[in-house]
Amino acid sequence: MNAAAKPFVSLRGIGKVFANGVMALRDVDLEVREGETLTLLGPSGCGKSTVLRLIAGLLAPTSGAIAWRDANALPGVGFVFQEPTLLPWADVFANVYLPLRLAGVSRAAAAPRVDEALELVGLSAFRGALPRELSGGMKMRAAIARALVTRPAVLLMDEPFAALDEVTRFKLEDDLIALKRELETTIVFVTHSVYESVYLSTRILVLAARGGRVVDEIDVDPEVPRDEEFRLGMQFSCLCRRASRALQGAMGEQVL
Amino acid sequence: MSATEPGEYLPTRSSSGRDIILPAVVLGGGLIAWEAVVRIGAIPAYVLPAPSLIAQTLVKDRDILFPSLVVTLTITFQALFWATLCAIALALAIAQSKWLERALMPFAIVLQVTPIIAIAPLLLVYLAPQEAVLVCAFLVAFFPILSNTSLGLASVDHALLDLFDLYRASPWQRLAYLRAPAALPQFFTGLRIGGGLALIGAIVAELAAGAAGQGAGLAFRITEAGYRLDIPRMFAALALISLTGVLIYAALALLSHLCLRRWHESARERGE
Repeated sequence: MNAAAKPFVSLRGIGKVFANGVMALRDVDLEVREGETLTLLGPSGCGKSTVLRLIAGLLAPTSGAIAWRDANALPGVGFVFQEPTLLPWADVFANVYLPLRLAGVSRAAAAPRVDEALELVGLSAFRGALPRELSGGMKMRAAIARALVTRPAVLLMDEPFAALDEVTRFKLEDDLIALKRELETTIVFVTHSVYESVYLSTRILVLAARGGRVVDEIDVDPEVPRDEEFRLGMQFSCLCRRASRALQGAMGEQVL
Repeated sequence: MSATEPGEYLPTRSSSGRDIILPAVVLGGGLIAWEAVVRIGAIPAYVLPAPSLIAQTLVKDRDILFPSLVVTLTITFQALFWATLCAIALALAIAQSKWLERALMPFAIVLQVTPIIAIAPLLLVYLAPQEAVLVCAFLVAFFPILSNTSLGLASVDHALLDLFDLYRASPWQRLAYLRAPAALPQFFTGLRIGGGLALIGAIVAELAAGAAGQGAGLAFRITEAGYRLDIPRMFAALALISLTGVLIYAALALLSHLCLRRWHESARERGE
């Protein structure tokens, strides 16, 4: 394991019990390596979103520890929620500016960075539009721009494309891969879609239906170009089959 | 729709013609029918005055009625102003602390459910009539603004709260950039209700107070005209009160529309 692949953040023996007594996670071990696109794949209710929120610091674990490689300088974290979660009264520019505004950056100082983030997601022409004037895909692009504007070391994405139609989703997946190549950000992506996980990631962790334990790990060659060819190819279907089996195994005897 | 780029503002189809003309026709028709019934039936003015006579009375008695209108309006707006200020302050305090909410909400509700007409005579024991009227109007306007603003402040999208947590927003930033704008639609709902109730509170308290002389409001003019069997003047004062209520409502609705039209569904037409 070379230096670049040293765990960027590692979760050890993580348990999470919510205030209402529901145990979301039990003894979960996993690590995120720098520069990878890691997918957490699991059935609904397996706690994969909880893992993401723990990494983001939005929740504290009941037991276990989360360790960042460099504990003294916590890297910036960007988060993309299931819904675009934009401020409905603010235009696209103001929405993307929000994280910097909360950090005390003046509007003038932030403007080039906001414009750059909008450029990255292809929303430059819509900086003055309100969220209600945007399509579902464009709202999600705005949410991604907002997550990127702080130049985070890790981008956490919680089923961001689940509510989009297939054509839009494919386009956004391709754009995300291009973005990732350009920014070299580490991405942790949560999804319940086998195809999405194989297409996007360099590594897939399949989580068990109850307690979120990692039941399988699948590596996807990062060098293979992600395109239509890949999506229709042999390698893709083999990986999908494997991930699909692992997912079925993860469901166990669960009643659906 | 198809020829326009997304993100561009579309000119909205004006609906003001339909919205104004139809009610105006109904109102005009009603007034004409009223006038006709009074004339054909030769109903005496002390039973039912015709609209034309009420209009004449408005002009004839303007030196009595309009100063009273000013008195009632002043009290209504003072009450609404203080009610808005206090309700916002309390709603913000309650939003910060569940303890405060538990401690204070029962009293706010008791004040709300006790009919103002029953409180007014008691207030008159302790306060000068003018002050009592102001306090009454304040009390009825206060609660709807408080409850609606509180609701608005509390019902912020949880994912947005997570977002503000993620970027470690201070309580002040959370309030200024998230809770306050999110609460604006409900605040305006409360303000519209409170505006109407402030007028009702002022009128009811005036009726109970029976304040005469210089500081007499429109409600006193109605009572006074009733004693004198001056029915046309009763109607004229009533018309002024109704008109005032409508204008207060319209002004607050316009304010709400101007503040929310860019983004909130309530201020938009379907299909926009």
